[in-house]
Amino acid sequence: MPILRVYLDHNATTPLHPEVKKIIADSLDVFGNPSSMHSFGREARKLVEEARGKVAHFIGADPEEVFFVGSGTEANNTVLSMVPCSPNKCHCQTARHEIITSTIEHPCILESSKCIDNRGATVQYLPVDQYGKVKVDQLEKLITDKTGLVSVMTANNEIGTIQDIKTLAQIAHHSGALFHTDAVQAVGKMPINVKNLDVDFLTISAHKLYGPKGVGALYVKKGVRFCPLIRGGHQEKGRRAGTENTLGIIAFGKAVDMRTIEMPDEAKRLLKLKQILKQGLQKNISDISFNGHPEDCLPGTLNVSFGGVEGESILLYLDLEGIAVSTGSACASGSLDPSHVLLATGIPVERAHGSIRISSGRETTEKEILYTIEKMTQVVKKVRDISTAY
Amino acid sequence: MADEFDWVYTDVVKDHFINPRNVLKPGEEFAADGEGMVGNMKCGDQMMMKIKVDRAKNIITDIRWKTYGCASAIASTSALSEMVKGLTLDKAFLISPKDVNKQLGGLPDHKIHCSVLGDKALRAAINDYYKKNGQDNKIQKEEARTICQCMNVTDHEIEDAVLEGARTYVELQEKTKLGTVCGQCKDEAIELMEGYIKKHFTKF
Repeated sequence: MPILRVYLDHNATTPLHPEVKKIIADSLDVFGNPSSMHSFGREARKLVEEARGKVAHFIGADPEEVFFVGSGTEANNTVLSMVPCSPNKCHCQTARHEIITSTIEHPCILESSKCIDNRGATVQYLPVDQYGKVKVDQLEKLITDKTGLVSVMTANNEIGTIQDIKTLAQIAHHSGALFHTDAVQAVGKMPINVKNLDVDFLTISAHKLYGPKGVGALYVKKGVRFCPLIRGGHQEKGRRAGTENTLGIIAFGKAVDMRTIEMPDEAKRLLKLKQILKQGLQKNISDISFNGHPEDCLPGTLNVSFGGVEGESILLYLDLEGIAVSTGSACASGSLDPSHVLLATGIPVERAHGSIRISSGRETTEKEILYTIEKMTQVVKKVRDISTAY
Repeated sequence: MADEFDWVYTDVVKDHFINPRNVLKPGEEFAADGEGMVGNMKCGDQMMMKIKVDRAKNIITDIRWKTYGCASAIASTSALSEMVKGLTLDKAFLISPKDVNKQLGGLPDHKIHCSVLGDKALRAAINDYYKKNGQDNKIQKEEARTICQCMNVTDHEIEDAVLEGARTYVELQEKTKLGTVCGQCKDEAIELMEGYIKKHFTKF
């Protein structure tokens, strides 16, 4: 039995905030359909609209610019699905059927891109540098008057690299294209203001910021033409059919409230813990390298590669010690290729197979980080002792 | 606590993963009679195997290995190393990934391809032993046979594609580009593919 149970996989998902648990428990009797006109419905509607106000306020948007969806993945699918729409038949699009995205997006953007490519749109991919930063000059080269949408994630889930969204959005707008950012990893970890970034669409997910799974939100700038993905109901002003996940939405509202209070100090604390972790690993383990941008990176995310070891075995040996992390190795994903993000940064394939992502969060303590350094050192030694590379 | 939940693989896999048997320890002297190395680190797995052979009886008396690989690779090689001790070279040569998988109580389908390097490395070590002992006539080469002439795809590549998940002709084509020019190899390729699916994935 492990001494400690240490959760360092906050980029995968987060535990519910205690206050979020409370509000869920307190709201269990709110069962009315927010679309109903009677008091049961109006009670639910009021709570949903309060939550909308909170989420909107958190990202600097107006409440009518935010609508709730089932996940970040759904929000991203919704935005991309508009690109191939015909301007003759659908009011949401112009005659621009080209989209530019990056090579390090989440699979829900990349797979959707492939799909709309099959449906007649043209997709182009922006390369990244060794730190995972999108090459801004490449966007200037690729963008044309046919580009309808540019979609680049705010912060990367695997390496934490933060993009210069404001500049990228400016370039897109200069060419008359719309700009979307998947901010699932960024919102709740760093300040995000849609007006300041000047984006047209922005994706959020509740379970990445200590809210429940199964709720997300999409910001759509006022005046931007829109076409829903899920149809058949007037909910969310016709932008997302299906009865609202009332409990999830109420909890989402509470979660962003708590983020407003906790995020600033937490970011500083996590950055300090990351320094301790990085220095500790560097001191104890040879042949080690770090992935992602050294400065423009999420405060709690550290992605590390160990030479001569395979990530899944590291992950599972750490799990036996009670420590939860993730890996970019092919073996852990069930596919044959290691992380597309790490490969896009140009690191050697074997370095990607030997990568571990450590993502800390609001409950992570220094004691846990020190325990992780100690165990990680032992585990890497154990795996290297049986490795053909050592 | 963490231990309350079923582990990601079987208890036997877990046991071999936590305490791998017959690993060549750092600095350990092991005067091998035969040695084999297969795979490469770019693909995410590499395996090295050393054997000691009783020359009079043609029996494997001891074995050591090292691997760069995932939990399934570590566990399957550890299990294999226990299975081969005391076997004749002929019998050891015939051990298949399926035999190892059975010993482990079963790996998930998508992990089978991680467990096929151990027996390959063992056969390489056995052939190396034959070579070093002037028994070249006994060396059994696993020569690849070209199936698709147009795209130069071999039976080995078809087997790899099956291990990587191909179950239909279209999936096989996607993975290997086989049969995408003249298409004459289709029937033979399908027959081989079905044979490999049976070989690796039918339950024991």
